[in-house]
Amino acid sequence: MNNKILIAAVAASMALAGVASAQSIDTIQGRGELICGVSGGLAGFSAPDDSGRMQGVDADYCYGLAAALLGPNARVRFVNLTAKERFEALASGEVDVLSRNTTHTLTRDASLGLNFTYYNFIDGQAFLVYKKLGVKSALELDGARICVQSGTTTEANMADYFRTNNMSYEQIAYDTSPDTTQGFENNYCDALSSDTSQLASIRSELANPSDAVILPEVISKEPLGPVVRQGDDEYFNLAKWVLFAMLNAEELGITKGNVDQHRADSGADPAIKRLVGTEGGMCKLISDKLDDACLYNVIKTVGNYGESYEKHVGANTPLGIAREGTPNALWSKGGLLYAPPLR
Amino acid sequence: MAESKHPDAAAIPWWRRPKPRSYMFQAAVVAATFYALYVLTSNIIANLRERSIKTSFDFLNETATFAIPLNFFPFWDFTLGESVYWDVFIIGIQNTMLVMLLGIPSATILGLVLGVTRLSPNFLLRNIALGFVEIFRNTPLLLQLLFWHFAFFPPIYNSLPAVRESILMGGAVFNSAGIYLPSPVLTSAAGWALAATLLLAATGIWWLRRYSHLRRMATGHGLPVFSYGLGILVAALAVFAWIFSDQITVDLPAKRGLNYSGGMRPTKEIISLWFGLTIYTAVYISENVRGGILSVSPGQSEAGMALGLGRIMRMKLVVLPQALRVIIPPTISQYLNLTKNSSLAVAVGYPDITNIWLGIALNQTGQALIIVFMTIVVYETINALTSLATNLYNRSVQIKER
Repeated sequence: MNNKILIAAVAASMALAGVASAQSIDTIQGRGELICGVSGGLAGFSAPDDSGRMQGVDADYCYGLAAALLGPNARVRFVNLTAKERFEALASGEVDVLSRNTTHTLTRDASLGLNFTYYNFIDGQAFLVYKKLGVKSALELDGARICVQSGTTTEANMADYFRTNNMSYEQIAYDTSPDTTQGFENNYCDALSSDTSQLASIRSELANPSDAVILPEVISKEPLGPVVRQGDDEYFNLAKWVLFAMLNAEELGITKGNVDQHRADSGADPAIKRLVGTEGGMCKLISDKLDDACLYNVIKTVGNYGESYEKHVGANTPLGIAREGTPNALWSKGGLLYAPPLR
Repeated sequence: MAESKHPDAAAIPWWRRPKPRSYMFQAAVVAATFYALYVLTSNIIANLRERSIKTSFDFLNETATFAIPLNFFPFWDFTLGESVYWDVFIIGIQNTMLVMLLGIPSATILGLVLGVTRLSPNFLLRNIALGFVEIFRNTPLLLQLLFWHFAFFPPIYNSLPAVRESILMGGAVFNSAGIYLPSPVLTSAAGWALAATLLLAATGIWWLRRYSHLRRMATGHGLPVFSYGLGILVAALAVFAWIFSDQITVDLPAKRGLNYSGGMRPTKEIISLWFGLTIYTAVYISENVRGGILSVSPGQSEAGMALGLGRIMRMKLVVLPQALRVIIPPTISQYLNLTKNSSLAVAVGYPDITNIWLGIALNQTGQALIIVFMTIVVYETINALTSLATNLYNRSVQIKER
């Protein structure tokens, strides 16, 4: 894997990969498939199902983007990336888009040559401990040994939190999420720190989930979303509006099931008509290489945001993260997800 | 009739004369190299700019935004909130070298023992050694590290009492979170004095060996170098401790928060990594040793037997000195492999340079180009120095042809 980093870094710097900037849409349409960088092993976000098809909210975004570019149910090639590899893979053109529960930060935005689109999951970092440790709050973790996955924002958040509260700790960094869990299970650390959604998934996979508890403190903001390369604004706009369209569709009550009905309905609400492409020529405004029905194709393929959420991470899934009352609800329902108007 | 084989030098055009020709070719090679470097550099700069990736060494003086666990006898300490990325880099090198300096001697000793055991006349010993070598030579190192760290060691650690019921023994603390030992703390003056004392003792022992050798040549009787040498070392340390007694303090582990801290501590991570690397490298070295010993003609050993030498003395005085010529060169490669394999440290959470520098620091700063380059330089330097040292030793054990 270290070789991969090296190769990616060298390729990124020498431009042997020959990535043409500002032509992403042409490149993808010419290729006939979208290459999407995902985690590939995180249930609910991107993990293969029994038939080998990648499933999750991160994967759904890629199916949606591919549909906007290439038509309904277009081909997507998934590339599994570790936290360390992901940015080099995107910068070097190995993937067209990175949809891998990636936190938006200033450093990443400003110095890596990347553009963050919007957020498809708003998370926060917390701690998982065994009940037998007798700790009820993160403020009691002074002197603790804490396992984390290397190459994430987790390390920096934790350092800030412990410094602010004048506590000491010992960080033990592993390369992959399964190793981090093993370290926690084998008492190499007192606590495991990660995003709350990941902790829920890790806890559900412990030998005895009720032995462990997620501490109440959420110590960071983790807005996770898809990322594209800088330098191709047309493609960047499309990448943003695929996500916005999924959110707007939820607001307007357009689902995978009724989207055809709305498209056929000549007397529909103008906002709906703009989304399904029967009025306004929204897709042509983004790029004249796109079909008028590009956003319709997104909804036709993956449904609206709410459908994707409930299918993969919602209350009725193994992850069981209820949406109501969390930042991941729509703004109109007290959450933070707020898509600009589609007009 | 006979044509001159050496035509008049002046008649050959200047560009076909050997000397100008060699200069011309060398100049061409130099020019091509510089041109290639120029193209590479300007390509890098242009492409980084085009992708708006900002690269600069400034981050080295920024405060590091993550913690590094303390290690056994840290030479360079890390303080959260004060240490900068330079410190992370140096600690990474320190930790990589620590594992290398621990691993090379232990792998060599274990390898030697295994190699000799595989040629033992004892059926049981010979075959146990064979099984051991075959198991560890035929499985990947990563798998072995994960086995030691996640399957072999945890039951041992977890059989120790929990932190609240730690075993306290003469300042040392044992519990399921780890082993904490008291550590001596020296002022910097005392530290230098200790280094000087050790150097002095080493020089004394070297002279002792030399004198003993000369005496054996002259009279046939040497000196018990080992016990005398040990005496010199102990005496030197005693004198040092007496003079600097007021500058030496002891740092005792103490409970802070959930765990103990302070003192010195062989962390679980370094133990797993050291164990794994030692065994993996030792089985390869043992094959080198076996091959080396087999390369010495059995007549040599028989001649030693005829002189009345015992098995161990035969091995030490007759066989090994000749076998070393064959053993050392491939063993150098194994030392280099050990250093490079230590980059798998991240699998067991050990903070070596690949883990904390190429991994964490790269991700926090995004300075891939600089960090990858600096890491290459570190491994390159460590391994070049290792081969240099071992090659010098190799030269000293080769047959001297005068």
